[in-house]
Amino acid sequence: MPLVRKSDLWLALVGASAAVLLLLLLAHPAFVAKRLREKQQERKGLVRELQLTDLCLFTEASYTRHPTQADLHTPFQDHPMSLEHFPSGSVVMPPHFPGS
Amino acid sequence: MKWVERQRYFVDFTLSSLGRRKGKNASLLLVYTLIVFLVSSVMFFSSALRKEALTLLDEAPEMIVQRTLAGRHELVPLRYAKEIRGIRGVRSVEARLWGYYYHPASRSNYTVMAREPFEHGDDEAVVGDGVLRTWGTSSGNQLTLRSHSGEAIVLKIAETFSASSDLVASDLILISETAFRRLTGLPEDFATDLVVVVRNPAECQTIAEKINRMLPDTRPILREEILRTYASLFDWRSGYVIVLLSGAVLAFFIFAWDKATGLSAEERAEIGILKALGWDTSDILGMKFWEGCVVSLIGFLAGTILAYLHVFFAPAPLFAHALKGWAILYPTFELNPSVDLYQIGILFFLTVFPYAFVTMIPAWRVAITDPDEVMR
Repeated sequence: MPLVRKSDLWLALVGASAAVLLLLLLAHPAFVAKRLREKQQERKGLVRELQLTDLCLFTEASYTRHPTQADLHTPFQDHPMSLEHFPSGSVVMPPHFPGS
Repeated sequence: MKWVERQRYFVDFTLSSLGRRKGKNASLLLVYTLIVFLVSSVMFFSSALRKEALTLLDEAPEMIVQRTLAGRHELVPLRYAKEIRGIRGVRSVEARLWGYYYHPASRSNYTVMAREPFEHGDDEAVVGDGVLRTWGTSSGNQLTLRSHSGEAIVLKIAETFSASSDLVASDLILISETAFRRLTGLPEDFATDLVVVVRNPAECQTIAEKINRMLPDTRPILREEILRTYASLFDWRSGYVIVLLSGAVLAFFIFAWDKATGLSAEERAEIGILKALGWDTSDILGMKFWEGCVVSLIGFLAGTILAYLHVFFAPAPLFAHALKGWAILYPTFELNPSVDLYQIGILFFLTVFPYAFVTMIPAWRVAITDPDEVMR
């Protein structure tokens, strides 16, 4: 019989991977929290000061840049038969209106 | 202890058995890891972005009032602000001036905004990091814009928003009100929309209804609606998340189905030999359960670790392409690592256990037949 059993090696690998995962999930957020919180405070300050309403994620069209400010017709407003054609349009949900 | 030792022997045997089909099992593990990686990347990314959006936009104005004309967002006359100010419970009404500017040289859309008081001159601007990256001017510290009348407007970059504010201000060009009206041709007595501050936030909905009754062509947007839009945008059941997830989940089902529908002739013969040597059906099922666990546990752990590194160490380069779409300008941002352990738990139960059980079904079918028949 070999000195190290295969099951021991597998258990060690699973244990080590689980430890790395737990370290990432629990220790990493705490480790970077202070630095990232400062940056987040800066962003929050800017949102408050400039009265911003949206994240700058999709800049290609008005309704994807400011989804909360667009109405449901915006993606189709270029002309009466116009179809919404920007790729982000397929991944941005229309705004939520009361009752909709 | 005897039970544990017995299981360890099963694991030893399973590992040796897997080792005999190295190529097949290595590719299985690779596919499994890739699927878990994709699903957990989407989960980590959307959950972090959702949390970030909700934290940031909690500072957004509590009510925006737009005017609509023929179903489109229209400029709002400043006299509307006076009328809204007259509603009991309204503390203040402020005009917002903002719009878009398309720059043909960089083929990008920028958000132009005016804010009073503006600390700099009428020929100066404060710009986001993305503007600097993409504008492509010959002279790095000024922007040349074309006004609504065709006149060239040169703005000196007085200041830039810090790189950490990219997520909210990457495409922003902040200028004075005078410069904004000169650039866009917005008439003096009009604004893009109005920001309404209410004395008692609990009355927002009532005041929005009053505004809508008094000025029927307006559309009030409450902060709650803004937050709801972003919550649903990055919810894992909707928006782009479902687009990305559906592909991965489908791949996982095909993968599991393929595994569940049959064993190779070699595997069938192996089970027959084990049965002939005196193994019980329960032993064979136990061995197959461990076979599923060996692959799925390693695949789950490796996929999840890689996904975490992908999203929070390298800022999700695989998703940048999907999010960018046709846009030239895309912000660079670092996400706050916030992982929901409940989601990890769900992912674990949805990937590890079904796979481990699915591998047992064909083995059980073979194990209950006569070994002699199986080996023939």
